[in-house]
Amino acid sequence: MAQREKLLEIKNLKQYFNVGKPSMVKAVDDVSFDIYKGETLGLVGESGCGKSTTGRTIIRLYDATDGEVNFNGVNVHGKKSKSELKAFNRKMQMIFQDPSASLNQRMKVSDIIAEGIDIHGLAKTRQERMEMVYNLLETVGLNREHANRYPHEFSGGQRQRIGIARALAVQPEFIIADEPISALDVSIQAQVVNLLKKLQKEKELTYLFIAHDLSMVKYISDRIGVMYFGKLVELTTSDELYANPLHPYTQSLLSAIPLPDPESERTRKRKVYNLNIHNYAEGEEVKMREVKPGHFVYCSEKELKQYQAVLPK
Amino acid sequence: MENILEVKDLNISFHTFGGEVKAIRGVDFELKKGETLAIVGESGSGKSVTTKSIMRLLPPGNSEIKNGQILFGGKDLAKLSDRQMQKIRGKDISMIFQDPMTSLNPTIKVGKQIMEPIIKHQDASRATAKKRALDLLHLVGIPQPEQRFEQYPHQFSGGMRQRVVIAIALACNPKILIADEPTTALDVTIQAQILELMKELQKKIDTSIIFITHDLGVVANVADRVAVMYGGKIVEVGTVDEIFYNPKHPYTWGLISSMPSLDSRDEELYAIPGTPPDLLNPPKGDAFAPRNAYAMQIDLEEQPPMFKVSDTHYAATWLLHPDAPKVEPPEAVKRRMKQFFSEQEGK
Repeated sequence: MAQREKLLEIKNLKQYFNVGKPSMVKAVDDVSFDIYKGETLGLVGESGCGKSTTGRTIIRLYDATDGEVNFNGVNVHGKKSKSELKAFNRKMQMIFQDPSASLNQRMKVSDIIAEGIDIHGLAKTRQERMEMVYNLLETVGLNREHANRYPHEFSGGQRQRIGIARALAVQPEFIIADEPISALDVSIQAQVVNLLKKLQKEKELTYLFIAHDLSMVKYISDRIGVMYFGKLVELTTSDELYANPLHPYTQSLLSAIPLPDPESERTRKRKVYNLNIHNYAEGEEVKMREVKPGHFVYCSEKELKQYQAVLPK
Repeated sequence: MENILEVKDLNISFHTFGGEVKAIRGVDFELKKGETLAIVGESGSGKSVTTKSIMRLLPPGNSEIKNGQILFGGKDLAKLSDRQMQKIRGKDISMIFQDPMTSLNPTIKVGKQIMEPIIKHQDASRATAKKRALDLLHLVGIPQPEQRFEQYPHQFSGGMRQRVVIAIALACNPKILIADEPTTALDVTIQAQILELMKELQKKIDTSIIFITHDLGVVANVADRVAVMYGGKIVEVGTVDEIFYNPKHPYTWGLISSMPSLDSRDEELYAIPGTPPDLLNPPKGDAFAPRNAYAMQIDLEEQPPMFKVSDTHYAATWLLHPDAPKVEPPEAVKRRMKQFFSEQEGK
């Protein structure tokens, strides 16, 4: 596991809005992490914590205020010619939360899916283009008759499948899924999650999975990062995060999620996160520190020792 | 325990250009005093329509209560006039809606919105109403009620707004509180606060709650009893333990096993195949049959009646018929059953 290839390296990423005005927001504040090839990294946190902004900045929907996003060793935010940008855009795709808002209502499904194919000139003939669309539809569990319909003719789950087919059309390596299942019914959520997992296996995709539903995130992710107010506060494997959450905010978040199990719900004790608990002294350096191999927590030197003490050996 | 509300054989249709949508097709349930009944089901299963019909909030133009009774305090709510219903709505039965952003009036101060039902229903003077409104703000945990009283909804955060909505709903000490996805629009930590608040208030004012949600985690947290709806019918009803640890209907099996448990990582999630039924032309037999791996010939031909599992537990599936073949529920459900029964024996 240790010698995995880094696909994406995010270094000190900052995304501020309204810079220079009193209303300046540090939506993403000095966040660093890596994403390895073939893994799923989950990003969780409350609304407004900056998890979606992180995703959008990585794919360059926003220009980063500062910091680097290296994709296969190349800085995404560096200066690029049009053709370089085009080549890069093909490698990275996004699936959005609301499948009815992210599909153009006036375009046919075939044109929605083929837009990327057209832009990148992946099909030589009309026939080849349609063949690709049909294949994609079948890959995501729809059938070829759906190609000539419009988005409003589909249910929420089917629309999300169209969104996935569109992302897959240009054969990307990396997909950012921003709350892809939050707008769907429980029974449909499982269908979409299974599909995403299946596609990952078949096409060796890497995912950044942004969500607030922690049980689904745990299920799909290899590693999970927890964000709070623009900062990444904890990052580790999903099993470790649930077994040994160290940062008090992670603990509070985990304790707030109701589980579908009445027995454990009756005994639930909710923890409340209070920033003052850290009691950082002035000048104390607070940053991501590795508590044990692969387990990072945002803490001070003193806290690091405390955390290491409570971890089971 | 005494029943505070009884719904009997309720049938509701919507008239659309496409024809008659049979949204509710024979729903029976009762609500006991002081309990929380959770209604779960996917969108379009009829859970919101059922509760809106109790409040008589369905659009008068195109909806119609075809049949059935909604018995509350000796009256059939389905037959009351608008005038009579106004005396009950917001007083004896009140409602909390999903989105606290849209259920408050943005142009009226929060305090006035809370005073409104008190003045309307309890004939209180403005001074008493104000005092009561301040008490309510305090009760739902809003700090500095005097200042907050004079503010507008946009000055409140989402969780605080939902607290205001709860304060309005509780203003007249309702006997029944209907909460339609009250926490869906909120963050998990805020959701946990609101759920705790609702449970605490329920104890204080002894009200019965109908809780609509599609989040089974929330159900496990708040409910005493659970009704599972599918295709405009209740397909299974039981105590929260019976539904989570001993479910009988294949749809409930599907719902429960489609949620990942914390230790199911490597196996594929069980996904209910297909999509919900089209209620414009409801199927002849069991509405779930086309998506049901356990469906038998009879499921396609005849709708199953409610079979009794225990005094509190009923399920509408032919699998419970004495002549039905024995089937094995999905792994995830079996694990729950086993875990539950071994725990019970241990006690």
